[in-house]
Amino acid sequence: MNELLSLLEHNARRPLPELSAVLKRSEYEVGKEIKAMEDERIILGYNTLIDWNKAGVDKVTAFIEVNLTPQRDVGFDAIADRISRFDEVRSVYLMSGNFDLLVIVEESSLQAIADFIAQRLATIDGVTSTRSHFMLKPYKKDGLMTGPKERDHRLVVSP
Amino acid sequence: MSLDWKKRIAPQVEAVPPSGIRKFFDIAAEMEDVISLGVGEPDFVTPWTIRESCIYGLEQGRTSYTGNRGLPELLEEIARHKKEQHGLDYDPKTDVLVTVGVSEALDIALRALLSPGDEVLIPEPCYVSYKACTTLAGGVAVPVPARIENEFRITAEDLEAHVTPRTRVLLIGYPNNPTGAVMRREHLAELADFVEAHDLLVISDEIYGDLTYGGEPHVSFASLPGMQERTLLLDGFSKAYAMTGWRIGYALGAPEIIAAMTKIHQYTMLCAPITAQLAAVEALKRGEKYRDKMVAEYDMRRGFIYQGLTKLGLSCFEPKGAFYIFPDVSSTGLSSEDFAEKLLMSEHVALVPGTAFGDCGKGYVRCSYATSLDKIDEALARIGNFLAQHTDFHA
Repeated sequence: MNELLSLLEHNARRPLPELSAVLKRSEYEVGKEIKAMEDERIILGYNTLIDWNKAGVDKVTAFIEVNLTPQRDVGFDAIADRISRFDEVRSVYLMSGNFDLLVIVEESSLQAIADFIAQRLATIDGVTSTRSHFMLKPYKKDGLMTGPKERDHRLVVSP
Repeated sequence: MSLDWKKRIAPQVEAVPPSGIRKFFDIAAEMEDVISLGVGEPDFVTPWTIRESCIYGLEQGRTSYTGNRGLPELLEEIARHKKEQHGLDYDPKTDVLVTVGVSEALDIALRALLSPGDEVLIPEPCYVSYKACTTLAGGVAVPVPARIENEFRITAEDLEAHVTPRTRVLLIGYPNNPTGAVMRREHLAELADFVEAHDLLVISDEIYGDLTYGGEPHVSFASLPGMQERTLLLDGFSKAYAMTGWRIGYALGAPEIIAAMTKIHQYTMLCAPITAQLAAVEALKRGEKYRDKMVAEYDMRRGFIYQGLTKLGLSCFEPKGAFYIFPDVSSTGLSSEDFAEKLLMSEHVALVPGTAFGDCGKGYVRCSYATSLDKIDEALARIGNFLAQHTDFHA
């Protein structure tokens, strides 16, 4: 596995000198490789994981099951691409099972999401049905537990 | 006349000094922003799958005693693990004993083997219990200093100088706490010839055996030709699976020594806690990938701290095992203790003076890199500050 990627995956803010020391390669080399992977879109970008509720900001997240009519030659790709381009849409996945696309939408209110579904998503040609699930409480997000920081319970000095 | 308790304490207990490691503990524990490189345990918590199996065991009402030697399932897993790791054959029915940490295994092994006045060769620097347990078992601890020019490996030549007709046991601990030294096959082969020539037994504490770096896996002393029969192999779960507080270790050896140790264990401990034994089974069954992940993390920190200390002008060799690095601080003109104390007071960085691990640790300090990279980074910056303030220091 690419060691540089696994280092960045869990902490995008690792400073270059630290990455260089850990990987035993020069900062220049490491910087160049990061740039190359950004250019190749192996690294898609850098986000910050935020517990918005804790920050006192209202956010509503909906998981929307979408059924589609596949199109000749492109299958689901063209519609999926079209849906993905909306700013409200956080993630889009093609799924196996009872529905085709899982669309994750994040907005400031229930109403905003309802409007998005009714006026934009459901009206797209090829979308045959939608079913929405609203997220009530996050426990873990992208590999990280929500809730308070876990303390280091160890003694300060031990043999 | 009031009771003088001091006089009532047995002399062999009085003879053992308290562990030097706890000296600054109280001061450090009071400090708000202390960064500790003084901790001899992983900074990870036990992997969830292991913790969960213990909880499941409790839910299922697994709260009873186990057999003296341990849960049959655990004994079998341990034997399987050693076969896989080192190609060693141990019979789970006669050759394995589960103990309350390697500490208990070490204690009862020495008690089972030593008659009053028997000598134990103990390469230093070493874990703090080796000498104390030998003394408490009525034996005589004979420290043998390892040398920095050998990267703190012990050689047959070092040992030859200390062997006497009363020598019974060689007690080794590699990968080593506190130095991070490892012994390769060729180094161990030399010791094998030595113990054979003097007909000694070997207690090999291999608790850090899973924590080696640089692609060369740990070689068990018992895996050398002819050595399994004269070796008592000690290992446990604390370091590899981040399970220090569970207190589960084990001993592997000939049926006779295991039976003798079991006798002591039976009357003093009865058995290791069943909850922890259940967790240990899970660790051996499914803990491997978590262990490997932790080892990879230590390896990164190892490179980072080694480079950092070297850049600061402190000389040290690159450790190949455990999670310690053992820099030489004598260039500061300070003793190990003064260095540790002054660094703690002025920069709030805790580490352990090398002398806690034997006289030959003089001039060195032990830094544990079982802490996050961020903290190691900050600790290095603070040590840099500290060195800059010490005029004796010529980098």
